[in-house]
Amino acid sequence: MAIPLSYNFRNLWTRRLTTILTVSGMALVVFVFASILMLAEGLQKTLVETGAYDNVVFLRKGSNSEVVSGVTRQQASILETFPEIAMGPKGQKLLSKEVVVLIALTKKGSDKPSNVVLRGMDENSLFLRPQIKLVEGRLPRMGSTEIIVGTSIARRFKDIGIDEKLCCGMRDWKIVGIFDAGSTGFSSEIWGDEDQFMQAFRRNGYSSVIFKLQDSSEFENVKSRIESDPRLTLDVKRENKYYADQSEIMAKFLRILGISLTIIFSLGAIIGAMITMYSAVANRIAEIGTLRALGFKRRDILIAFLLESLLLGFLGGVLGLIFASFMQLITISTMNFQTFSELAFSFSLNSQIIYMGMAFALIMGFVGGVLPAIQASRMVIVDALRAV
Amino acid sequence: MLILKVLFRNAFRNKLRTGLTLLGITIAILAFGLLRTLISAWYAGVEASSATRLVTRNSVSIIFPLPHFYKDKIQQVNGVKTVSYGTWFGGVYGEEKNFFANFAVEPRSFLEIYPEFILPSNEKENFLKDQKGCVIGKKLASKFGWKIGDIVTLKGTIFLGNWDFLVRGIYRGRDKDTDESQFFFHWEYLNEISKKVLTLWANQVGYYIIGVARPELSGDVAVAIDQLFKNSLAETLTETEKAFQQGFVAMSGAIVAAIQIVSFVVIFIIMAVVANTMAMTTRERIGEYAILKTLGFGGGHIAVLIFGESLVITIMGCLLGVVLTFPATKVISHELGTYFPVFNVERETLYLNFVAALIIAFVAAIIPTRRAIKIRIADGLRRIG
Repeated sequence: MAIPLSYNFRNLWTRRLTTILTVSGMALVVFVFASILMLAEGLQKTLVETGAYDNVVFLRKGSNSEVVSGVTRQQASILETFPEIAMGPKGQKLLSKEVVVLIALTKKGSDKPSNVVLRGMDENSLFLRPQIKLVEGRLPRMGSTEIIVGTSIARRFKDIGIDEKLCCGMRDWKIVGIFDAGSTGFSSEIWGDEDQFMQAFRRNGYSSVIFKLQDSSEFENVKSRIESDPRLTLDVKRENKYYADQSEIMAKFLRILGISLTIIFSLGAIIGAMITMYSAVANRIAEIGTLRALGFKRRDILIAFLLESLLLGFLGGVLGLIFASFMQLITISTMNFQTFSELAFSFSLNSQIIYMGMAFALIMGFVGGVLPAIQASRMVIVDALRAV
Repeated sequence: MLILKVLFRNAFRNKLRTGLTLLGITIAILAFGLLRTLISAWYAGVEASSATRLVTRNSVSIIFPLPHFYKDKIQQVNGVKTVSYGTWFGGVYGEEKNFFANFAVEPRSFLEIYPEFILPSNEKENFLKDQKGCVIGKKLASKFGWKIGDIVTLKGTIFLGNWDFLVRGIYRGRDKDTDESQFFFHWEYLNEISKKVLTLWANQVGYYIIGVARPELSGDVAVAIDQLFKNSLAETLTETEKAFQQGFVAMSGAIVAAIQIVSFVVIFIIMAVVANTMAMTTRERIGEYAILKTLGFGGGHIAVLIFGESLVITIMGCLLGVVLTFPATKVISHELGTYFPVFNVERETLYLNFVAALIIAFVAAIIPTRRAIKIRIADGLRRIG
């Protein structure tokens, strides 16, 4: 017969202060662990959701972001002749030629400049990104210096709002609308007429060409055509892959940072659990002797103390994850190393992170409790009973 | 002296527990020190910047170039001593993960304006003479095993193609915080090829570095330069090197802030562990405290005993942690050299370590002390175990 679980609960309750301190140490470790993983997950989720599977992006060979890419007008018009392009509602080909530049804007609060993506669009750009919804104002008129800004930009940067003016490239750009693109990278961009941008920033080519595939299985055809045409010194990627690749370095950095931090921190928490469990054993020598005398086996004692330690880990894990789940309310905005531009994303919790956090907490409990539990189970009945 | 002896004896009565606590504090102080060092590594560029240098870039953003002919105009501004310029090349050696900073610079003025890059005079001569030559930092050279005379090929991400450079010199840093992992080559070389392959960048430079005669002139000079190019095709933004570098750090400010917060979390974790130890210690000794009270010692004496013991444990752990920080940073700076070329422990970090240890010791002792003082003599004596 096993020792009832209520014995463990009561013991933890009797030493409340110790229990609380041990559990809070573990909870903090789990909190840090989960938060950093959530941050990496949020970044990746934002960038993966930005792209659509059926859209393909063409960039200059060797360039990994639109900012450094260049597609000449000639190349763009060759791409326009591809038969794989899907048709839009008005019978037009769903292909857009876009120009992307970075401009420095001042952030609210810190007054520091940050790089923001300025995307020149044409009339098809919005058809290719159905996730973009206008929340305020109107769309810019083509051929004018009107622009629309994403919600993350409107919220975080100074002097951004409807009827405000942005000045760069020797022109004033009038903000006529604010758009929301959900939790995607587009929410951190500014859009306007590409021809105006090309003139103002003296670009004689596009940054990228994007089109929607009629049938998503035709990607390979497009790819092989690009590779065999010497005029097209371009790389082609599916849009979701293109954006997912942009999150790679930063997400990896965050994950490595998170995991190495938590391993170090968890040593502290494991030591905390170990101290608690050793003292729990030391204080209960007589009790252990009594239990053994009553007929409980060594194995029962071992399990009882291990369970107590696992319980500590479990409580710590639950508490840490509860606090971490509140982090989902926070959105942070920082520079993505790979694109050199501002990107807003939030902490995002998924079931995998919950499992990992919980597993981590239980492992801490187990490692902290195993040695004291072995010590307890090895006691000789007579000696234990004699102890005061 | 006697009290110190009592404190030490008390601290090591339960060797296992104290040993574990000590280990925990050591790890925490080590982690705290390393995280603070990581943050200071982020600011290394800011720290290394000179007060007599200004950076001029395109006012739209750093990705836009400035015309090469601005050089002569800037030179005429009052207070300007030297003008140098360069372009971020963005080349990759082999794989993308082998990242290091590489710039095309005007070599003569560049070496003059950055006296902290120390290059032997014969290497300098060779580098200046050879347009395909490059100069690399000591750390970079040892990382890839490059020697003088080697040919290094970089793959351009902005300026496409494979670019060959002949290593003509290896510089070392004058100061501790000088970045020894950069790569420089002739701007003329880049320009020659830009004219053919990337006309947008022909006769254009990425930024100007301006040496001013005296630091106090920098404000006026910056304004004068920006005024010069107002309403031109490429308006400029001039700021001190420090502000320029700070702008870079601020862009990834959220990450730095997160590391900063996390570095304090570790202190809280260890606070919980030490508080736990102290709680258990006092719990076991309640009977002794009752006896002390019976003998006439007051609450103050008991408080001194508990706070002192907590302090003894944390300070010892802190010392161990500090000692270990140095070899640990060595290992990390070797591993992460690509991301953080300068990775040194600052004196301030050491002070912060001790402050953290003191705070841990005091906070951890508060609740146990309160309990010990409040216990009534009769209750304390009656209690067993």
